[in-house]
Amino acid sequence: MIPFAYSKPTAVDEAVKMAGPDARFIAGGTNLLDLMKENVARPERLIDINALPLRDVETTATGGLRVGALVPNSDLAWHPEVEARYPLLSQAILAGASPQLRNMATTGGNLLQRTRCYYFYDSAVPCNKREPGSGCPAKEGVNRIHAILGASDQCVATHPSDMCVALAALEAEVIVTGPGGERRIPFADFHRLPGDQPERDNVLEADELILAVELPAERFTTHYAYLKLRDRASYAFALVSVAAALEMDGDRISTARIALGGVAHKPWRVAEAEALLVGQLADQANFAKAADALLRGAQPLEHNAFKVELAHGAIIRALGEAAGGITQ
Amino acid sequence: MTAMQSPVGKPLDRVDGPKKVTGQAQYAGEFDAPGLLYGSAVSSAIARGRILTLHTEAAENVPGVRLVLTHLNRPKMAGENDAYEDMDAADGAPFRPLYNDRVLYSGQPIALVVAEDLEIARHAVSLIEVEYDVESHETDLYAQLDRAHDAPAELPEARGNVDAALAKSDQTIDVEYRVPVEHHNPMEPHASTVMYFPDGSLLIYDKTQGTQNSQAYIEQIFGLEGQVRVRAPFVGGAFGSGLRPQYQLVLAVMASLTLKAPVRVTLTRQQMFTFGYRPRMSQRLRMGASADGKLQAIEHSVIGQTSRFEDFTEHVAEWSGMLYHCDNVALKYSLVPLDVYTPLDMRAPGATEGVYALESAMDELACAVGMDPVEFRLANYTDFNANEGKPYSSKELRACYAQGAARFDWNKRSAEPRSMREGHELIGMGMATGVWEAMQMPASAKAALCSDGTLRVSSATTDIGTGTYTVMTQIAAAAFGLPVERVEFRLGDSSFPKAPLQGGSFTVSSVGSAVQKACDALKEKIWEAARQLADSPLAQGAVDDLRFVDGRLQLGDSPEHGMALEDIVATCGPIEAEVDGKPGEAREKYATATHSAVFAEVRVDEALGTLRVVRIVSAVAAGRVVNPKTAGSQIQGGVIWGIGQALQEETLIDHKLGRYMNHNLAEYHIPVHADSPELDVIFVEEHDEIVNALGSKGVGEIGIVGVAAAIGNAVYHATGKRVRELPITLDKVL
Amino acid sequence: MNAITPPPGGNSHAVHLISLSINGKKHELEVRPWTTLLDLLRENLQMTGTKKGCDHGQCGACTVLVDGRRINSCLTLAVMHDGAELTTIEGLASEDALHPMQAAFVKHDAFQCGYCTPGQICSAVGLANEGRAHSSAEIREMMSGNLCRCGAYNNIHDAVQEALPVCRGEGTA
Repeated sequence: MIPFAYSKPTAVDEAVKMAGPDARFIAGGTNLLDLMKENVARPERLIDINALPLRDVETTATGGLRVGALVPNSDLAWHPEVEARYPLLSQAILAGASPQLRNMATTGGNLLQRTRCYYFYDSAVPCNKREPGSGCPAKEGVNRIHAILGASDQCVATHPSDMCVALAALEAEVIVTGPGGERRIPFADFHRLPGDQPERDNVLEADELILAVELPAERFTTHYAYLKLRDRASYAFALVSVAAALEMDGDRISTARIALGGVAHKPWRVAEAEALLVGQLADQANFAKAADALLRGAQPLEHNAFKVELAHGAIIRALGEAAGGITQ
Repeated sequence: MTAMQSPVGKPLDRVDGPKKVTGQAQYAGEFDAPGLLYGSAVSSAIARGRILTLHTEAAENVPGVRLVLTHLNRPKMAGENDAYEDMDAADGAPFRPLYNDRVLYSGQPIALVVAEDLEIARHAVSLIEVEYDVESHETDLYAQLDRAHDAPAELPEARGNVDAALAKSDQTIDVEYRVPVEHHNPMEPHASTVMYFPDGSLLIYDKTQGTQNSQAYIEQIFGLEGQVRVRAPFVGGAFGSGLRPQYQLVLAVMASLTLKAPVRVTLTRQQMFTFGYRPRMSQRLRMGASADGKLQAIEHSVIGQTSRFEDFTEHVAEWSGMLYHCDNVALKYSLVPLDVYTPLDMRAPGATEGVYALESAMDELACAVGMDPVEFRLANYTDFNANEGKPYSSKELRACYAQGAARFDWNKRSAEPRSMREGHELIGMGMATGVWEAMQMPASAKAALCSDGTLRVSSATTDIGTGTYTVMTQIAAAAFGLPVERVEFRLGDSSFPKAPLQGGSFTVSSVGSAVQKACDALKEKIWEAARQLADSPLAQGAVDDLRFVDGRLQLGDSPEHGMALEDIVATCGPIEAEVDGKPGEAREKYATATHSAVFAEVRVDEALGTLRVVRIVSAVAAGRVVNPKTAGSQIQGGVIWGIGQALQEETLIDHKLGRYMNHNLAEYHIPVHADSPELDVIFVEEHDEIVNALGSKGVGEIGIVGVAAAIGNAVYHATGKRVRELPITLDKVL
Repeated sequence: MNAITPPPGGNSHAVHLISLSINGKKHELEVRPWTTLLDLLRENLQMTGTKKGCDHGQCGACTVLVDGRRINSCLTLAVMHDGAELTTIEGLASEDALHPMQAAFVKHDAFQCGYCTPGQICSAVGLANEGRAHSSAEIREMMSGNLCRCGAYNNIHDAVQEALPVCRGEGTA
């Protein structure tokens, strides 16, 4: 790693004051240190936030759940409140990484995971996300794992998180603080599409710190599914993943949430697809219509056309499992 | 007092187990020395060209950096090619690290930073800037097929007339199977720690499958004859990656010679993708059979990739000429040189690819003929190796088919593809034959009876996880009638008696036979010594009456006419015997091979293409099994490798950049725990007094051979879709 | 005790003093910010039982227990663990007996080359501490962060399955 200075503040305002473009916060470190070892991330200062009081999981006044940014992934997945009230989130977290990594990785850090694009990770080759303006060899290179939706001419990377796919479906909010005070960012607005600024994964400013993720009051405790498809049975990033959550009124769907992972630069949701299902029977034909709507406009690359068909099948399967409400 | 049972054939726990489970086993990159320096290699970013300038000043100015080695300031190396030819060298001019300004492949080492600690070295590497004169490169085998030339391999002569036989066949197939580049990726990265002594001699801890190979290579290229000793007491997996000396060894020696100091170089995981690998290749099979399922013709044409500087060959097509009875056979092999590193033997080299194609094609032909795949193979069974014109010394493959099929419940399979399902999943069952040569190499061993009564046996061989420490201990203990606790087997030291490379499944056969012979020689010496003693109770005996039982040397069954071994050494002093073993003459009239029958069950999600291997039965005929526990583990490991080959492993190259892109363990997928199926290993009885003195054939390779074909055949049975390009990822099944 | 010299050249990246209990023994250590916990063990303390297989959290060979939880020691900085209780493979066995998980690994031949083994064993002890794996499928899934290139998975499974109840009885390692 390139040498850097290290400090460990004990209060949030102290940490925020230390922040800056030359600095990075470190919590679990599972992604940041990985990137620093590859010289992809090159901070001059690391601000260790592990001493900050951001480890609580507590019910909010509105019946939601506020999860401190430093809560480790495994603790969150196995938290009794999460297992009981947000089982979709538990399932998604446990589908990601490995037990060791989940013990280290934090809630806030998971939101800031960077893409697994091969080119981004290899500092010997061009990458617009790593070195803006250097080019994107992935577009015409080895792109089986890349985006089919929402990509730009400059970047075809995907967001790698499983947890975020569930958080998108659950419509969490991200609570951040910075020099201007606290702000709440709806999950759908937190991550961004690459556009002409592929170096920016999300809307967090360099001097902002994630304090917590807040989940709205629970709704999807019966009809949910997280389906992850990958190249081996475990410990691999998703080719495609689907978080599906339904509320049923008899045999009809009253609310639907569908988020896709592995297909875009952010967890992918399409309001129209979800609206299509409302008031409809939970059957294959309706699921297929929703899948069509979610994948409309997909622009596959040379090696990832299969993702369109795979995602289509996965959406139908996940919705079916969610509607059944029994396979959990 | 009853005589102890022979430890050969017993499932003894690994003798090195306690060291491995407590973290006490030390690997090449873990030996320390006062003032040890750390080297970190700089890898080229381009695939072909010339280094114009290496800007090393910034790196050299980092406090703690002691040296930046490049082709401009490296120590003198041999000029002639011969010096670089190691025991596993391919045809051509071996790669020479830091030799000149040429870049021959992406990832090539072009400099080494040596510093007082690892992090300083790695940081300094990031400060080195390189200017290249970039030349255009070619890395895509399939775009360069017109440049293929005949491989320098001695293939068996064609026999019969393939074209005529195909014309007369009732069923024919003409199919192409493709396999990708795969990398060995042992868990331990390649590392070398070089200890420098004031007299200029070196003690090197190297990750290698041949201590004497690394020793001779370093002695030759640096002109250090007699000054190099190489040790490898533990090797963290290799699977072929340690068969040739790798560049970290050369770089560490260069730095050590320059600085006259101890130096360690450990490759990063990314750099584990910057030397040998299993080559990408195309295999075309044209085969014909009569309506009653008799093979009429086999033509197996292989086109593999190699580097621009060496022609790498392995036995890919040969299996098609020896596994079944077939009178019309033609085997072809050509190579396409590319701007890549030279391929390297990787677990069951050649057979893993060749038998995959052959056994997949056999399944296709069985389907065409309408025969059960096992029946089809039995219909073409042979005890004769037509490539060599010799009968097999033993071949219990029929028993493999029978016992494997029975264990698997093969008879519950319905023949029709897509005919078995459960829920979302299609069920597929497939099988394949596996085969590997049962070779024997010259090897030596020394046996010594020590003053504490311990039997100490040694050989320069290694234990790459195969169980060499354990099985050699068993062989020696059995020879002497000693409990295994009183036998110490030492290995992994170039100063020990000569051993071949540890590979090819010939270590038990070669080194084991030498160990047994050394023990026999030592027994004779002990007897000679013991019978000379005053009042020796053994004085009157004849050699035929001699028994080594329970740590005693005695005549016949009478302990009173005998002596404890420790009493003999107490009086006579330590006694030792060193022998040279070589393959027996009896082998010459025979072909020798290990065989297996592999049965696989897969489940394929019909809508999603996701694929799981749920069950494998591998029935193996490998002669006498010295240790069923460690041998069983070898087969299990081979099967897991076969699953990786079938479903997951592929090193992806960006041909525009000429560079491997998934050079890490997150995206180069190997199986994980959750991929592991129910796994049954059967060793069928096989007696063979010809193959070697132990009757044992070795099991390191046979476990993987045939597995990918069995899985591919099962995928076809499940889905009706024939995937002819590995790995069978879900997108190919969708 | 420590074996670390301050960075030469007097750069501004201070050496930090941390207190770390390793296998029950207190260590006062000077570490530089960028030294990972894994490199601290292997290179500074010569405790090479903990292995480096990938250095990127992709293989599990470096698994250790921090306050009883299994983590990848390659992806964490030593300086972040001031005051922690660290258990490595060297700290599992008692003077005269292997830890039950170690003994089960030997008995079931749950390793070949041995390089992933310390990580597998520490991971399995962490698994026992978590108390979440009961079925075979759960053991396999929750051990999947530890690659074994030799392919000893089924034997590792058998060893873990046998030793889990014993380890749970003992509590944390």
